[in-house]
Amino acid sequence: MNKIVRKKQLSSDVFLMEIDAPHIAKSRKAGQFVILMLDDDYGERIPLTIADGDAEKGTITIIFQAVGGTTLQLSTLEEGGSISHVLGPLGTPTHIKKQDAPVICVGGGIGVAPLHPIIQANKEAGNKVITIMGARTEDLLIMEEEVRALSDEVIICTDDGSRGRKALVTEPLKEFCEAEEKPAEVVAIGPPIMMKFCAATTEPYKVPTVVSLNTIMVDGTGMCGGCRVTVGDETKFVCVDGPEFDGHLVDWNSMMSRMSSYKEHEADHRCRMSEKAKELSTQGA
Amino acid sequence: MTAYKTPQTLDLEALAIKENLNLPEGLANLKAKERAAIPQQEMPSQEAMARACNMEEVALGYTDNQVIVEASRCLECKNAPCVKGCPVSIDIPGFVGAAAKGNFDEALEIIKDSSMLPAICGRVCPQEKQCMETCTLGKMKKDPMQSVAIGRIERYLADRGSSKESKVDKALPTGKKVAIVGSGPSGLTTAADLARLGHDVTIFEAFHKAGGVTVYGIPEFRLPKSIVQQEVDNLEAMGVKFVYDYLIGRTRTIEQLMNEDGFDSVYVANGAGLPKFMNIEGENLVGVFSANEFLTRANLMKAYDRGNAATPIYQSKKVAVFGGGNVAMDAARTALRMGAEEVHIVYRRTEAEMPARVEEVHHAQEEGIIFDLLTNPTKIIGDENGRVTAIECLKYQLGEPDESGRRRPEAIEGSEFTMEIDTCITALGNSSNPLVTGTTPELNITKWGNIIVNEDGMTSMPGVFAGGDIVQGAATVILAMGDGRTAAKGIHDYLTK
Ligand SMILES: Cc1cc2nc3c(=O)[nH]c(=O)nc-3n(C[C@H](O)[C@H](O)[C@H](O)COP(=O)(O)OP(=O)(O)OC[C@H]3O[C@@H](n4cnc5c(N)ncnc54)[C@H](O)[C@@H]3O)c2cc1C
Ligand SMILES: Cc1cc2nc3c(=O)[nH]c(=O)nc-3n(C[C@H](O)[C@H](O)[C@H](O)COP(=O)(O)OP(=O)(O)OC[C@H]3O[C@@H](n4cnc5c(N)ncnc54)[C@H](O)[C@@H]3O)c2cc1C
Ligand code: SF4
Ligand code: SF4
Ligand code: FES
Repeated sequence: MNKIVRKKQLSSDVFLMEIDAPHIAKSRKAGQFVILMLDDDYGERIPLTIADGDAEKGTITIIFQAVGGTTLQLSTLEEGGSISHVLGPLGTPTHIKKQDAPVICVGGGIGVAPLHPIIQANKEAGNKVITIMGARTEDLLIMEEEVRALSDEVIICTDDGSRGRKALVTEPLKEFCEAEEKPAEVVAIGPPIMMKFCAATTEPYKVPTVVSLNTIMVDGTGMCGGCRVTVGDETKFVCVDGPEFDGHLVDWNSMMSRMSSYKEHEADHRCRMSEKAKELSTQGA
Repeated sequence: MTAYKTPQTLDLEALAIKENLNLPEGLANLKAKERAAIPQQEMPSQEAMARACNMEEVALGYTDNQVIVEASRCLECKNAPCVKGCPVSIDIPGFVGAAAKGNFDEALEIIKDSSMLPAICGRVCPQEKQCMETCTLGKMKKDPMQSVAIGRIERYLADRGSSKESKVDKALPTGKKVAIVGSGPSGLTTAADLARLGHDVTIFEAFHKAGGVTVYGIPEFRLPKSIVQQEVDNLEAMGVKFVYDYLIGRTRTIEQLMNEDGFDSVYVANGAGLPKFMNIEGENLVGVFSANEFLTRANLMKAYDRGNAATPIYQSKKVAVFGGGNVAMDAARTALRMGAEEVHIVYRRTEAEMPARVEEVHHAQEEGIIFDLLTNPTKIIGDENGRVTAIECLKYQLGEPDESGRRRPEAIEGSEFTMEIDTCITALGNSSNPLVTGTTPELNITKWGNIIVNEDGMTSMPGVFAGGDIVQGAATVILAMGDGRTAAKGIHDYLTK
């Protein structure tokens, strides 16, 4: 049982939760994630990045978008409530080193949440960080303040131009690649399609590009192989070998089709869960 | 295959034999030849067509009459070769003899002297390769399957006794703290022995439930989860602490447990959980699963209960399972129960070489699983959405025996053919998961990643012991349990010396 000590709604469907998890708070590093489960018997195990943590307080922060059954249900939990199971920290931490040129961090939508600890760690390593944040529309931009506080420069793009540049994140990314001082590294986290195109953008300029894959997972310990992806000519397990990989080597089409493995089930489950969520919220009112 | 008999019929048949031979009173007068002539008692089971549609246990367990009759088949051999076949040397003639007399409590006590988990081992031990292989009766009949059905008797006794409180005498607290990594059969056994000796035991488990493979891998229809839960409850009653959602190697390391958290000794029993794949083309297509994933979704995550479970499972019509062991049988039979119309076992050798328990192979056949033997997949084919549509296979034949005496399968050139399927499940076994060993460089391991231990179960790190699948390679429940006992002794000696 892990207590929810703070909850905050960041946008229409994005929520932040600070949860009690002393051991995880102590050992977690940038790039790592947890797997949580809401119901002992019938719950599903879902991975969420550790967006922040406080070792002294013994808490970690998760930021999630309510996209389906489990995340919807999670969004109905309140401060003081608890999450049945939280396992972590999982995955291999981000490899951060001192760079001579700027590091470009690209976050799409909810991807800004997992990007946050990486920006933090890069600053701690003494790197210059330029962050590109993108979303469909202004309302979906999250954590702008936190990102601004850490980054040397922030560029905001929206698809509809409601905020910042009316552009896809790949546009400013390309400009940076073409600039005199080539970026030392790009870290791109967001929807797979965005990561795919970021990797395609940087490839001609040979700018090393790290992406964080969000494949479907079960155990998160390397036992089931459900999270596997093709990277280069090798099969890798995202939960232990990743979640970060060289974006230029990832087989994106395979990864994206694997992520749609259960789309029929998810649609059905989402219907049932949103009804349940409605029910719960009317009960609470 | 013989016609199906209901449990009632089997019980009546046993009763007739019992009365005819005046058992148990008349047992003493029965000569060896007469005992050997008693037919082996068939395990009552759910009818094949009915059980293929439910998750309930297939084998229902002997009746009282059947146990007495089956136990009366034992010849009470002086040298008891059966005991040598049992990895934990249960006094088999002792408990079978007691059961034949109807002294069931005494019989269970004898088993419990050597085995912690008889309800589990009685169900899942590969008996025909262990105690039944060396049994004199089977030798006489030239068929280990015709030996005394030792495991079935064991299961009966355990099930009968499990409803009763088992009283354990616990030693006074020693003040020593032991951490156990993993709650599979090996960890549970060590915990029980150490708690009895008065040590303060904590089990750290990565999953949200205890039991290891017996809860996430072996399906309900072969080993009901309530049986494992009962063992866990017993341990909790004995004061063993369970910490779930705790991954050693990530949440904490072994070194931290020893140096910072105050544990005096650690037992590493984290199993072998790392699925093997075949490295053939198309293995990462949608619809290709490791048996571990498929079974975990179905069992631990309860995907079989579609109405309630949040965890999805792939909707399959035609399934091919690669492999011939218990894992393959479990995956195939689970796929059938999840609604697949056609399930194939694709195996490179013949039925005789299959490592699975004979009973499981028979059960699978009865349920309508199709066996494509001497066949090996060479490629998995997908459609434009990256989903599996077919596999390409090659036919094999058995060649000359190799050094091990097994006839080596050889590919038949030009025998390629394709089979239309929508799901592949690879059940090729497990190798050792490197999470613990990778974060504990002091542990000496083999080139396959298995931890090396001495005869007391101790690793190269003082105070750190290991056993079960992480030491043996993917093996059996009884071996994992046996290792647990050895390590418990070793740990106790280490802590009290
Ligand atoms: C390492 C990792 C870190 C992640 N970090 C975050 C995060 O910080 N914030 C956040 O909002 N999301 C994160 N995700 C994605 C998150 O796990 C999924 O959104 C969540 O599992 C959806 O579950 P659901 O039941 O609510 O929706 P579902 O109804 O199950 O699915 C809705 C959508 O999510 C995808 N999805 C389903 N299950 C998973 C799964 N286990 N993993 C990934 N995608 C899945 C589906 O393809 C579908 O498009 C992360 C995923 C991974 C692998
Ligand atoms: C599908 C299937 C069918 C089988 N059928 C049979 C059969 O019929 N008969 C038979 O005798 N054997 C069978 N086996 C083999 C048998 O189950 C194993 O040999 C036995 O379970 C090994 O026990 P163990 O305690 O060593 O490990 P496991 O049972 O694997 O338990 C290890 C536990 O450790 C946990 N763990 C792993 N890593 C960590 C970590 N880093 N930190 C904390 N916890 C961790 C795991 O979650 C797990 O709960 C089967 C195996 C499978 C997969
Ligand atoms: S534990 Fe297994 S091998 Fe030993 S007697 Fe029982 S069934 Fe046979
Ligand atoms: S070998 Fe067989 S017949 Fe002989 S004592 Fe053991 S179980 Fe009985
Ligand atoms: S989630 Fe099971 S191996 Fe990665």
